[in-house]
Amino acid sequence: MRYQQFYGFLRSNGVKLTLTVLLALGAFWVHLAPALATTNQVVKIALLGEPPNLNSTKATDADSFFIIGHTMEGLTRYDQAGNIVPAVAEKWEINDKTATFKIRKDVKWADGSPITAKDFVFSWRTVVDPKIASEYSFLLYHIKNAEAINTGKKPIQELGVVAKDDHTLEVTFEKPCGYFLALTTFPTYMPVKESFFKAQNGKFGAEASNILSNGPFKLTSWVHGASLRLEKNPNYWDAKSITLDAIDIPYITPNEGTRFNLFKTGRIDTLGLTKNILQDAQREKFKLNKFADGTLFFMRFNFREGRPTANKNLRLALAKVLNTNDFISKVIGIPGTLEGTGLIPSFLQGATKLFRKEYPIAARRQNLAEAKKLIADAKKELKLTGPLSLVWLTGDTPVATSEAEYFQGLFKTHLGIDLKIDKQIFKQRLAKASAGDFDIESAGWGPDYADPMTFADLFTTWNNNNNGKWENKEYDAFIRKAMNTVKPKERMDAMAAAEKILLEEFPIIPTYERTVIYTQADRLTGVVRRSVGFDPDFTRAKIIK
Amino acid sequence: MIKYILQRLFSGLVTVFFVATFTFFAMHAVPGDPLMRGKAVSPEVRANLEALYGLDKPIAVQYGKFLLNMVKGDFGISFTQQNRSVNDIIRDSFPISATLGLLAIIFAAVGGVTWGAIAAINRNRLSDRVIMFAVILLVSVPTFVFGAMGQLAVSELNQKFGIDFLPIAGWGTLSHMLLPALVLGLGTMAFLARLMRSSMLEVVTQDYIRTAKAKGLPTLRIFVRHQLRNAILPVITFLGPSIAAITTGGFVAEVIFAIPGLGRYFVQAVQQLDYTVIMGLTVFLRSVSCFYGYSCRYSLRFY
Repeated sequence: MRYQQFYGFLRSNGVKLTLTVLLALGAFWVHLAPALATTNQVVKIALLGEPPNLNSTKATDADSFFIIGHTMEGLTRYDQAGNIVPAVAEKWEINDKTATFKIRKDVKWADGSPITAKDFVFSWRTVVDPKIASEYSFLLYHIKNAEAINTGKKPIQELGVVAKDDHTLEVTFEKPCGYFLALTTFPTYMPVKESFFKAQNGKFGAEASNILSNGPFKLTSWVHGASLRLEKNPNYWDAKSITLDAIDIPYITPNEGTRFNLFKTGRIDTLGLTKNILQDAQREKFKLNKFADGTLFFMRFNFREGRPTANKNLRLALAKVLNTNDFISKVIGIPGTLEGTGLIPSFLQGATKLFRKEYPIAARRQNLAEAKKLIADAKKELKLTGPLSLVWLTGDTPVATSEAEYFQGLFKTHLGIDLKIDKQIFKQRLAKASAGDFDIESAGWGPDYADPMTFADLFTTWNNNNNGKWENKEYDAFIRKAMNTVKPKERMDAMAAAEKILLEEFPIIPTYERTVIYTQADRLTGVVRRSVGFDPDFTRAKIIK
Repeated sequence: MIKYILQRLFSGLVTVFFVATFTFFAMHAVPGDPLMRGKAVSPEVRANLEALYGLDKPIAVQYGKFLLNMVKGDFGISFTQQNRSVNDIIRDSFPISATLGLLAIIFAAVGGVTWGAIAAINRNRLSDRVIMFAVILLVSVPTFVFGAMGQLAVSELNQKFGIDFLPIAGWGTLSHMLLPALVLGLGTMAFLARLMRSSMLEVVTQDYIRTAKAKGLPTLRIFVRHQLRNAILPVITFLGPSIAAITTGGFVAEVIFAIPGLGRYFVQAVQQLDYTVIMGLTVFLRSVSCFYGYSCRYSLRFY
């Protein structure tokens, strides 16, 4: 071929372009897989993140709790309706000083060996062992000597829990605990078999093979960062009430677009929806469900020396200027989001019915005239002549940004306050918040256990999460009172009285209780969504077609 | 030759040492630390954690210990995944990133050279313009846009025809790799195409090409032996850094396509301020890119 001809050939027609595209996309071949396999009783889901720690004595995050909740079981568990029901323990007696749990005779580990009271003693001692450095060890501080052991002042053998015999677990309390039963559902309280734990050589919970389950499912495969598979545990004592054969987790991705596409093409059975993809979901006509996940959001004020937010009239002015419903519809944008009225979210139980029903509070209403008067008083007290400027500490998510901008506009328009937005990535925000480097912090709190105390003790002087350093002796006294009794009515009364003080002083202004919107495949039923405990709960779910 | 390799090895080690030192102190200068949690822990529990990770020691001691362990090849235990070592994470995830990266680079190199050569041959014609327009587009559009678009397109296709042409996410088989590799390689491919085109145009005006034509050499031989061979040199030089960048920087593609690669761990570690993982991965990835860079330059000697 002549040189010119060769070039001519390359130039001939537009065909060559197509050819190059084909060449370049050569790798892009058609992969024919069988159409969506309809396996029976296997639910497929995607996780947002890799579970960092499946060691029940050390886990602290939602992804890990989700897996542990399906593979492990404690003395008690939450049923479909959210009540605490017998699990590994068949019955119990609790008084001010002690608790005795009777462990079922027929409970077994996944390897067939029996679960005994000793497995709990070992696990709880491990949690409070300072060498293990478990972050949730404080949840055991109600047990005698737990705190002393955890701070290295006593040996772990002195923990107030003993195995009377293989089926009797006796707990001695440090001080009365009105919600101890709720704590026994928590992963930190779950049993660990000593011989198995020691055989893993520090790798307990690191791989599927380093885990010994006792729950409805067992972890059969775990490819880090990629996939997990949970299969039915035939040795589970209540295996007859478990219908699912497996929970398959073939995807782990924080990207919601990916999860959306996976759900749309039937690859996964459930999908959580944020504001960003809500419209797409509506366009696709997904069936939308919602539930309150129990997290309360609020703005927190700084009471440290020299902070203008320590002025009560200023805080009252900010509370009066806020129109919560307008804020929720413009910024949060999730229909059904509840207005934040008090400190105790609406899902928590009081003495006999919902706490919020027993101690109702009126919603705040916007009152601009009063707000203007209050801000004028505040400025006088602060001896300010020029404009007031406040630092708003917040995260770097899109919602955090639009929230900050909303308040910036609101405070400027009505109160003449300049809000300086300090947007920080996660760890830096936490560092600044705990160091008190803010005037107002955009904050939130999710419950650890099903009792109003999980919120009520947040603003006591001794609480490590009291970033604003608000101090109120009366408030502290009420919370102490609630902590030193197990009588439900007395406890609830005390917490309600504490909440009332908080709503007069406004160390925080509650903004909203989060509502989560999600959708799930029609074939799936019996999935439980909940505010406290692992979520979602597939243990008693079924596939119906 | 051995001297050359030793020299390179030494300068590589020095680079890695400086990178490690800089990262170590920069990381500790950032406010906050890996033990900061959304729910604050008590000072006692914090003290237990600090003792466990050696954070209770002065920073100079921590640095010394880090260097000593680094020489031994031990980067410690991750702060977020408290029962996995950094070495475990690298061992599990790097082969995945490397496989994906290799596929992407093959795609980028083959595509880039081909498109660039075609554009050069058709200089100033319509096809050249079209290719160059596409190249500018590909260079400037970020990976996450192509990633999302590619995924959407494939999922629509799958849905429409009821069969799986390609999986839209996940990892495991070759079919899982194709779409992410394509997306990951596009930017580099476009860059290489531009490089190849200008290099081809430069070569074609050289005297030896005219001489070869005058001698009456076969066209294909001139094209392959003289023109392509010489024009491809800058592309190969550039390939080293781009292999390093692609195999280590596939973060966006890894997130979109749910691939358990190293890039994802790296970004998560930075967000979580996971000291040990940040240090381990920085040193490891820096060594990898030094290795690629030097070996690409070295390979030119045999050219």
